[in-house]
Amino acid sequence: MKRKDFIYLTGMGAVASMMPGIPVIGRPIEPEQALETIDPALKKRIADVALNAARSKGATYTDVRIGRYLNQFVITREDKVQNIVNTESYGMGVRVIANGSWGFAATDRMDNDSIAKAAEQAVAIAKENSKLLTEPVRLAPQKGYGEVSWKAPIEKNAFEVPIKEKVDLLLGVNDASMKAGANYITSLLFLVNEQKYFASTDGSYIDQDIHRIWPAFFVTKIDATTGKFETRNALSAPMGMGYEYLNVRPQDKIQSVTTLYKGRYDMLEDAKAAGAQAGEKLKAKTVEAGKYDLILDPSHLWLTIHESTGHPTELDRVLGYEANFAGTSFLTLDKWESKKFNYGSKLVNIVADKTQVGSLGAVGYDDEGVQCGQWDIIKDGILVNYQTIRDQAHILGLTASQGCCYADNWSSVQFQRMPNISLQPGKEKKSVDDLIKGVEKGIYIIGDGSFSIDQQRYNFQFGGQLFYEIKNGKIVGMLRDVAYQANSQEFWNSCVGIADASDYRLGGAFGDGKGQPPQSNAVSHGSSTARFNGVNVINTARNIG
Amino acid sequence: MAILTKDEARALMQKVLSYSKADECEVNLNGTDRGNIRYARNSVSTSGKVSQSQLVVSSAYGKKLGIATINEFDDASLEKVVRRSEELAHLAPENPEYVPFLGPQTYAEPITFVKSTAEVSPKLRSDLVAQSLQVAKDAKAVAAGFLEDNSGFTAMMNSKGLFAYNTSTNVNFSITVRTEDGKGSGYATRGYNDVTKLDTKTATQIATEKAVKSATAKAIEPGKYTVILEPAAVAVLLENIFFDLDARQAEEGRSSMSLPGGKTRLGEKMVDERVTIYSDPLNPELPTSTWSGDGRPQEKVTWIEKGVIKNLSYSRYWAEKNKVKAVPSPDGAIMEGGTKSLDELIKGTKKGVLVTRLWYIRTVDPQTLLLTGLTRDGTFYIENGEIKYPIKNFRFNESPLIMLNNLEEIGKVERTVSVESNTNYLLPPLKIRDFTFSSLSDAV
Repeated sequence: MKRKDFIYLTGMGAVASMMPGIPVIGRPIEPEQALETIDPALKKRIADVALNAARSKGATYTDVRIGRYLNQFVITREDKVQNIVNTESYGMGVRVIANGSWGFAATDRMDNDSIAKAAEQAVAIAKENSKLLTEPVRLAPQKGYGEVSWKAPIEKNAFEVPIKEKVDLLLGVNDASMKAGANYITSLLFLVNEQKYFASTDGSYIDQDIHRIWPAFFVTKIDATTGKFETRNALSAPMGMGYEYLNVRPQDKIQSVTTLYKGRYDMLEDAKAAGAQAGEKLKAKTVEAGKYDLILDPSHLWLTIHESTGHPTELDRVLGYEANFAGTSFLTLDKWESKKFNYGSKLVNIVADKTQVGSLGAVGYDDEGVQCGQWDIIKDGILVNYQTIRDQAHILGLTASQGCCYADNWSSVQFQRMPNISLQPGKEKKSVDDLIKGVEKGIYIIGDGSFSIDQQRYNFQFGGQLFYEIKNGKIVGMLRDVAYQANSQEFWNSCVGIADASDYRLGGAFGDGKGQPPQSNAVSHGSSTARFNGVNVINTARNIG
Repeated sequence: MAILTKDEARALMQKVLSYSKADECEVNLNGTDRGNIRYARNSVSTSGKVSQSQLVVSSAYGKKLGIATINEFDDASLEKVVRRSEELAHLAPENPEYVPFLGPQTYAEPITFVKSTAEVSPKLRSDLVAQSLQVAKDAKAVAAGFLEDNSGFTAMMNSKGLFAYNTSTNVNFSITVRTEDGKGSGYATRGYNDVTKLDTKTATQIATEKAVKSATAKAIEPGKYTVILEPAAVAVLLENIFFDLDARQAEEGRSSMSLPGGKTRLGEKMVDERVTIYSDPLNPELPTSTWSGDGRPQEKVTWIEKGVIKNLSYSRYWAEKNKVKAVPSPDGAIMEGGTKSLDELIKGTKKGVLVTRLWYIRTVDPQTLLLTGLTRDGTFYIENGEIKYPIKNFRFNESPLIMLNNLEEIGKVERTVSVESNTNYLLPPLKIRDFTFSSLSDAV
């Protein structure tokens, strides 16, 4: 049985690749092959075969996605390299509307007959399912863009960096952490390149090149006498960047109780700190349960934003399309229609943005050929908008989709997925120290930990990596066994301070799961450090004898 | 390529091995056909069919391993993938934990393939969904569900003479029914190897009844309660114990199975003596593969016997280092049950909470296996042996290891599916005292 932790850590598709003895998903390739791309003219020919085949069988709309998905994993533990895997997955998915119903089929056989057969299969499925339809699909109009392309603005393609350089980095990270006190460390580099081609009967032929990187480590420290152990994970963020994310400059560092990173990441330095801090956590004071004012660092707050703002503003959840799995949402349409639903305090401004440079969700066009942009979700504390795709836009009275459609592979059907959703920095000049200064009894939390939220996104519980007790405006020491519980609306209404733009940083999820069969999405969430008053903190220590 | 027969798979893999120049070579081959329908708001939403095949070649020179795969099967592609794995092996650093491939093994004949499931048509899929939708529509309720069937084969062969082959089928179904006003919600899930056992109508009736009865739930104070957990709720808690039965993690001191000084809880009585948990690939109600991904035979293994930790799973490396049998991690788990039905468990309960399903389970503390999560889709208050009224959902913070020490009663075993891992299990409903609910949730 696979450990669920790995699903969170790596995204669903990557699980098998990380587990020794289990065949990898996708086709491992040599590094240099990742640099070869497929000629867009060939992709256009393939797409046209599918578009024509579907049309001839009675489809009224068709889109085709030809995808080449490259992953590289370099995984080490202590002084050993555990796994180096390069995978490639290449194939085509075709989605149609026939008799007013969606149908989908996918194939990894790229000859004309197989492509046409997949298109015909999608039409047959749509027609079969139209019998179960209550209302035909209504697509927001979308103009064709003709032949266009978009490339992520990376500085250094991570697939071009020699394996040896990556191995040396990770083994150096492990060594630094062990020397600083860690008993065990697993470290990894997870690299993604999505080469996506989209074509539709609207007349778009869109070629895109997307890059993502995630350096991470997991440190364990054990007290030999008591057998107690503590862990400390990396404070890195997965990013929509190339290898330049690991070339840290002095201006990328923020000095706090531990060094924090902005836009670039010093893995070696963080691993060293983690080795020592895992030991400090073992000796830290156990938290006394009760109400605390929380100061939340962006390396932590991203996950709270993701769960309590990102997910409940997904329109498919609001409408009930996720009722059987991911759930529905407390942010029902009547609350949006009222234009006065107090999601948060007046300081809370949350923006959806599919264009943010360096973010995981940045693309030029979504997976149904809609050019991407940004829009307000929460404005001065009020719910003002959701996240939509083409077949939902009419429900909000919109004349165009917001471009939130995504599929995690050519073999998966695209559906509504979260764009980058970020808390805007405070408008007044304010530092983290300014925020801490005003707190009488509080906890400063850095890094993301355990996370859980109900299916309508009311009640959540979050842990973290590092917890510091604040007394009378000063940090007085480390705490452990901390988790906080709140109701989303109450929590965001308790937001009384947000640091200014100089503190703004991105965090993110590499493997956000939704849908049946489950699909993985990568999405960033930005914020500056923020203060929340009077939040319920529980003590998580237990004894199993 | 779809599904190859045993002879076809053998012939293909022999050809692949004939190209090998490495010290050792191992070939894994698999193919699957998957079909699904997803529906919501009483209407089908997405649906699809995906066929995929894959050939994995592992080549080793000494302790240097390279892995390459391909999904094209002409002779030139087969030779190319072997050469590619050999090149990667030359590039890779030596792995001191590398263990040479296994020689020939003996496996039991698997019982995981059922023809009827392999032959599911788009029409049968839509008929099964139509039956489910009708139940919800008749009750003026709103259904959202998912039906997925798959059939496939896996095979492996290596240069040391090992050969393994298995075919399997599976169908998983889950259904959530909500009242039109959104105040009630109910759930049911089913998993089988044989699609003819799947009754979407009855499952939807159960979910509908729970939806209707759970509307207008009352809030009761969080705290410690006696709970009756239905098998779907038991699955998502207990599987966290199964995930933790790894010898290396335990001996390294970083799991709930660890004791100070590199010792483990193997042999220790950790939970109530009525708890026995095992895996058996030949159980007719939960058949699984008779060999693991690296070629080790999967046999019947007792993991917890009368409350005592009897076995931990080992990687081949860790087993060799410790000179013990390399017992692989299983593909499913079975808990011995009692004779009482869910209704009988409820009848014997003076005060308690019935939990249909638990959701968003995450580890809070790996040392104690403290988990958090929430109740969902049908939570009811029980008084004097009867369901009295629906109650609002709770967040819990509880360790399944503590929970199995607070065991009151064990019900009759049934097959269920974990919503977290999608794994099928045979598990009973459990009655547990002092289960810790820590806060209320407004979610329906």
